[in-house]
Amino acid sequence: MATGTLPTATEILEPSPTALLRRRVFGHAGLIIGTVVLVIIMLMALLAPWISPHDPYDQVLDRKLIPPIWFDSPKVTTEHLLGTDQLGRDYLSRLFWGARISLLIGFSAMLISGLIGTAIGVVAGYFGGRVDMIANFIITTRLSMPVVLVAIAVVSLVGSSLTVVIWVLGLLIWDRFAVVMRSATMQVRSLDFVTAAEATGCSTARIVLTEILPNIMNHLIVVATIEMAHAILLEAALSFLGLGVQPPEPSWGLMVSEAKGMMFFDGWLIAIPGAALFLLVLSINLMGDGVRDVTAPDGRN
Amino acid sequence: MAAERILEVEGLSVAIPTPSGMLHPVQNVKFHVDRGETVAIVGESGCGKSLTSLAIMNLLPHRAMRSADRLVLDDTDMLRLGERQMSDIRGNRMSMIFQEPMTSLNPAYTIGDQLTEGPRRHGQSGMSEARDRAVWLLEKVGITAATNRLRQYPHQLSGGLRQRVMIAMALMCGPDLIIADEPTTALDVTIQAQILHLLAELQREFRTGLILITHDLGVVARVADRVAVMYAGQIVEEGTAHRIFTTPSHPYTRGLLDCIPIPGKTARGSHLGSIPGIVPSLIGEMPGCHFAERCRHATGRCTSRPVGLGDGLGPDHRVRCVFSPEELQP
Amino acid sequence: MFTYLLRRLGVAVLVALTVSLITFSMIYLSGDPAVALAGEAATEEDIESIRTYYGYDRPILVQYGDWLFKALQGDFGQSHYLKQPVALVIFERLPTTMMLGLCALVFALVLSIPLGVLAAIRPNSLIDRTALTIAVIGQAMPSFWFALTLMLWFGIVWRLLPITGSDSWANFVMPSIALGYYITPAAMRLTRAGMLEVLSADYIRTARAKGLRSVTVLFKHALRNAILPVISLAAVQFGFMLGGSIVIETIFAINGLGFLAWESIQRADLPMMQAIVLVLSVFYILLTLLADMLNAWLDPRIRVA
Repeated sequence: MATGTLPTATEILEPSPTALLRRRVFGHAGLIIGTVVLVIIMLMALLAPWISPHDPYDQVLDRKLIPPIWFDSPKVTTEHLLGTDQLGRDYLSRLFWGARISLLIGFSAMLISGLIGTAIGVVAGYFGGRVDMIANFIITTRLSMPVVLVAIAVVSLVGSSLTVVIWVLGLLIWDRFAVVMRSATMQVRSLDFVTAAEATGCSTARIVLTEILPNIMNHLIVVATIEMAHAILLEAALSFLGLGVQPPEPSWGLMVSEAKGMMFFDGWLIAIPGAALFLLVLSINLMGDGVRDVTAPDGRN
Repeated sequence: MAAERILEVEGLSVAIPTPSGMLHPVQNVKFHVDRGETVAIVGESGCGKSLTSLAIMNLLPHRAMRSADRLVLDDTDMLRLGERQMSDIRGNRMSMIFQEPMTSLNPAYTIGDQLTEGPRRHGQSGMSEARDRAVWLLEKVGITAATNRLRQYPHQLSGGLRQRVMIAMALMCGPDLIIADEPTTALDVTIQAQILHLLAELQREFRTGLILITHDLGVVARVADRVAVMYAGQIVEEGTAHRIFTTPSHPYTRGLLDCIPIPGKTARGSHLGSIPGIVPSLIGEMPGCHFAERCRHATGRCTSRPVGLGDGLGPDHRVRCVFSPEELQP
Repeated sequence: MFTYLLRRLGVAVLVALTVSLITFSMIYLSGDPAVALAGEAATEEDIESIRTYYGYDRPILVQYGDWLFKALQGDFGQSHYLKQPVALVIFERLPTTMMLGLCALVFALVLSIPLGVLAAIRPNSLIDRTALTIAVIGQAMPSFWFALTLMLWFGIVWRLLPITGSDSWANFVMPSIALGYYITPAAMRLTRAGMLEVLSADYIRTARAKGLRSVTVLFKHALRNAILPVISLAAVQFGFMLGGSIVIETIFAINGLGFLAWESIQRADLPMMQAIVLVLSVFYILLTLLADMLNAWLDPRIRVA
């Protein structure tokens, strides 16, 4: 093969690993754009109480359905930059506060599912054999149950609230963590430094924590971004179906749902929260792809 | 009897762009193959011998660029051919055997399908004729129960058997030239000899030209008519096998020959030779002799200007060195 | 091959049993199912009679055994709301959802496989970059939002397609796209990655060295090997799509299983919900089983062993 014939001497010309990483990070447009957008949305969420021009729950009924300022309409006002909804609530403020819900649910559900999935995956990958078979069985069982359906069924039975949504999603979407962590652990497990640690009599917990986990961190981060995006989309879908976050909370999915009846006259009502969801998920995905590319041995997937 | 020239290569170079600059793994290679002749291209890993063969087949990786002054198969100027006409020649008049028999066959199709594909593509014969030839050739390469083998899949065959299938496949269209790229490297030592014998035998029987690419001088000594020694992208010495083994004239060739033990000649317990240093980078231009850095004879003369492939040693022996063989005596 | 199939089948049955147990215990999530069924105005006696009528007073394992035994015979009980056998209602709605899922799958594969192949032939070319961009954008779009956007443009602004209903094929165009687009990026990436890996394989070089035409090399030698993981993905995703069709069916008012599930949840129709979850889960298990068998058959290393 052509690449195999490169003389060893060319390796001397390669830059140092840190310089290479820096060059890869800053040369990766997707990673930079994703991070910047995500940081902006996170700032929106964190600063919502201070930067929102209005109370997101405040209904002003004589100020219903004011379009955003770029529309050519006599109702347009700079007081409501993104207009108001069908109950006269300031759309920009609701958008800011909605970012909190999306990020909170996305992050918490990802954390729960990450803990469950990583535990299952690492244990399966590390011990193998019978343990692995059982873990595989649990994963297959979980995968065969339709997420959206089970989620809305459970939410409807238990009663919906933010906490319930977080727990239901967290308990449902750990499968990818488990699958990826399992194979990553298996790979690392067969490497020499793990065998060496075993030979020197390190405890299993110590080997997993100090030898295995640090070496599968990049996979963990990539799956974490995927599942956070997944959880955000699922929450939006649940809220859209009326079985997630309940009114009057400004969840973006709920905002789309509430504007559904109005969409043929005021399309922007669904366009704005939908675009916000899209940008948030896109930025998280771009970051995940970026981390995967940058930490891959050859710099690309 | 004037030998019939099958392949003529002149000024063949390959360039590959890399992040650190242009890589020149094959530089200005010139050699020829006559009908019924075995030419061995010898050199260590990375010297450009495999890329040379891929360049002749026009099977280089996408980013690699090929240039040549002459590349003639029989009377066809291959430099003028487009990819489509080139594919008419490949597997038909010129075929190739690869290093890795374990991965060189498609796991999804039967041996029979893969053997008969070539002749069907090149319009030489129909299905039944191609099958008959496949059976005949499989028997020729020493595979028993050939008719049944056609229905088998690659994973059901051992590495040695697969390489025999690859050889049969190379012969399916009755090519004028076969290029064998390290055909025995991936096999067990006992099988290596069988495969090599087989290649030599078939080559005599079918009177094809054979380019044998290898790093194994023992192999070369047994089957080659002529030898080209490559180092760092260049041919440094070329001549009849007899000349190369009896009067090696390039310091690198001598170094290579010192590395192999010869029964009866090499004293028991004595150290085998080794060549100190590493292969130079082939990125960018390099004036002078590529071997100078590792050569104990090197002087300022060696690196100041390009060293040509001189034929001062006779018509059948050329060497790329500023010194004459006499000057190199220790 | 035979032992492999047998093992695989055994696992499938075990998984299905586990799923049925989970599905069954779902009704106890809300606490006492009799209380939930009776409604708020019910007296203590009403609740007690409902409990005996539905058998909620028996030990849970007996209830499960009874439920499973009947379910295996196709009897999922009576719908609390529709007062019809659950199995009958599901049987009526299932074809619509299958149809939708199949259309969505075909749409996704017809789009993603050629794109993935094209992208892999010329990595980093314009086609490759465009396809990757489409994939990244597609993966980030909320399905309900995409569905509403389609509806707005194709249904209202351009008036090309009917907005809701499930009477003619035209009703299925937008829902199929809305349901199928979500798996397109994954299928495309998988095709691309598989093709890239296969195209650099030694046997592709062998095929080219035989002088085969590039079309033959690409489709006979490369795609056949690269497509195997895509088949598994398609089966898995088809299962996911049936589960996910609830959103799309609700939006487009398609009278399928998803819509039925949503209605049943609104009406607190427990037996119906249980049955739908179980049917879709078992269907998913069958699909993955089928995909594994197909893979085994397409890959001679498993088939002829």
